[in-house]
Amino acid sequence: MAVKKLPIAKAINESLRTALENDPKVLIMGEDVGKLGGVFRVTDGLFKDFGEGRVIDTPLAESGIVGTAIGLALRGYRPVVEIQFDGFVFPAYDQIVTQLAKMHARSLGKIKLPVVIRIPYGGGIGAVEHHSESPEALFAHVAGLKIVSPSNASDAYWMMQQAIQGDDPVIFFEPKRRYWDKGEVDTDAIPAPLHKARVAREGTDLTLAAYGPMVKVCVEAAAAAAEEGKSVEVVDLRSMSPIDFDAIQTSVEKTRRLVVVHEAPVFYGAGAEIAARITERCFYHLEAPVLRVGGYHAPYPPARLEEEYLPGLDRVLDAVDRSLAY
Amino acid sequence: MTVESTAARKPRRSSGAGTKRASAKKTPATAADEPQLVQLLTPEGERVTHPDYEIDLSADELRGLYRDMVLTRRFDAEATSLQRQGELGLWASLLGQEAAQIGSGRALRDDDYVFPTYREHGVAWCRGVDPTNLLGMFRGVNHGGWDPNSNNFHLYTIVIGSQTLHATGYAMGVAKDGADSAVIAYFGDGASSQGDVAESFTFSAVYNAPVVFFCQNNQWAISEPTEKQMRVPLYQRAQGFGFPGVRVDGNDVLACLAVTKAALERARSGQGPMLIEAFTYRMGAHTTSDDPTKYRADEEREAWEAKDPILRVRTYLEKQGLAEPAFFEELEAESEALGKRVREAVRSMPDPDTMAIFENVYADGHALVDEERAQFAAYQASFAEEGK
Repeated sequence: MAVKKLPIAKAINESLRTALENDPKVLIMGEDVGKLGGVFRVTDGLFKDFGEGRVIDTPLAESGIVGTAIGLALRGYRPVVEIQFDGFVFPAYDQIVTQLAKMHARSLGKIKLPVVIRIPYGGGIGAVEHHSESPEALFAHVAGLKIVSPSNASDAYWMMQQAIQGDDPVIFFEPKRRYWDKGEVDTDAIPAPLHKARVAREGTDLTLAAYGPMVKVCVEAAAAAAEEGKSVEVVDLRSMSPIDFDAIQTSVEKTRRLVVVHEAPVFYGAGAEIAARITERCFYHLEAPVLRVGGYHAPYPPARLEEEYLPGLDRVLDAVDRSLAY
Repeated sequence: MTVESTAARKPRRSSGAGTKRASAKKTPATAADEPQLVQLLTPEGERVTHPDYEIDLSADELRGLYRDMVLTRRFDAEATSLQRQGELGLWASLLGQEAAQIGSGRALRDDDYVFPTYREHGVAWCRGVDPTNLLGMFRGVNHGGWDPNSNNFHLYTIVIGSQTLHATGYAMGVAKDGADSAVIAYFGDGASSQGDVAESFTFSAVYNAPVVFFCQNNQWAISEPTEKQMRVPLYQRAQGFGFPGVRVDGNDVLACLAVTKAALERARSGQGPMLIEAFTYRMGAHTTSDDPTKYRADEEREAWEAKDPILRVRTYLEKQGLAEPAFFEELEAESEALGKRVREAVRSMPDPDTMAIFENVYADGHALVDEERAQFAAYQASFAEEGK
């Protein structure tokens, strides 16, 4: 068994390396992904070992990166594209939404576009504007795209493997403030399916549903709640499109209460979708309305305010208390 | 008549080259900048030579190009009629652009790959895509009814300019594979303003991708003339990106063929991208939903009618004795047969099955699509049960 303790960034790096080794059609593309190894060093060492033919430093043009990745996929390649930061993806939004997402349907299934778009996302690193956003709902709304986000090193490794191997376009949201969090990665394991949720902590009184960077906050909140005698279950969604509603339903039928937590603004966010669907599925089980904790309907604030803006332990616990008070 | 429309009704000079530029700004510097068109067959049907581009075609090949253009025009006219009859929701006519499309389309090898806009019906014809397959999307039964890989002819792209990046990426892949195929990206004068087109120029230059950018400058982007898109002749843009550009008489099928062949050969031999500006004219409306009488003068169209791409080849064939009257008669009959076949095919084109809404959304499936498909099927079935 090959079990390694790796930070999330390194787990993704190892996963990309494995993909490059296993399939000559896999390419890495993006700004500064070559010699520098990416601004977060996620592609560190790949340029040296696989060369500029496989690890491609691109011109600084996001639409061009995704548009040419589509062309390479049409030619039979499997590009893994890095968008340097969440807030930089929008020049490519047109290519992603009008082309990448729709080509399979438009071609009546004749064209497959196995393109993975990696986006380091979310706040908490004290960055300047456009470097801390969580735009996943803007992509999850688009049919034809799959949206995932790992919360730990093992998932980071395996979900990247699965995203690259699949034939659909995947937006792979990487929780950038967790890049340095270490976890065990078993590279010989049999991974769970890409779009299945995972129970990160078991509990009986309330379910917290989260993904990416907020899973850690929710697990900590559950531990704090346990000290007060409240048993909180944490479901790590892992996938935002599709969402594993069955897993949330199973949990909520047990706990009867649900709080959804994400960094992204609450308005029109994943929490709204989950609240609506779980209310439909679990109407007679619910003891309280589904509550949401997330960002506000305001631009992501300057770094000095992000601690207040981001959902932290206290805001999650506050929602837990409000739910349990019904 | 307003002052502006009087001005607009001034006929354009017939040579075509730099016409708009010259009329927009009559400074000596501009006149010196006026680009020369590559032309091998004049509007009067005279064969002329060009120092950089030449082509030697047999009588058979010349008749073939003529036939392609006539049949394409006939198909296009039929599609316009079918839209007027309510059989198609929309049609984007290529009328006037037959030479640009047949000339460039016939320059391609089978292993080359084409990325069209939504108006490349003549190129589709050259690639062997059955004309009736083009009509599904305009009738509203699909978003593209052909297999792109069967003819190396990608689906029509509606969002302006997006396909130039796909062409560039594809060409990067061709180079990676070590193949000697080339890729051609079609777009128009309006598209040249799009960021994606500029980015495709950048990427193709940086990676030396074997792609030919074939711009049909048909002078109008719906209602906007080229003056609203650019202040330099379009082909000159290539220079700033580090590859050559050339302006060709887009109504001259021989020049379009010769220049495109040369550009493709250049790409194949590892010399990178090239921009061809085929200077032509959109004789019809942008699409059947458009009304060009609101923004352009009849005289302009009439001036271009004198430069018709098909007529000049016919004149040449007749003058040179390269085609018998029987050839033209047979072609006329073939045209009518094509029109009839297209008409019948469209009228008998079935609506898609309702459940097609949920098909091919994903290659590997998606739980929500499965759930919604099942809900929708149950909903549909509930009516059937009521009807029992």
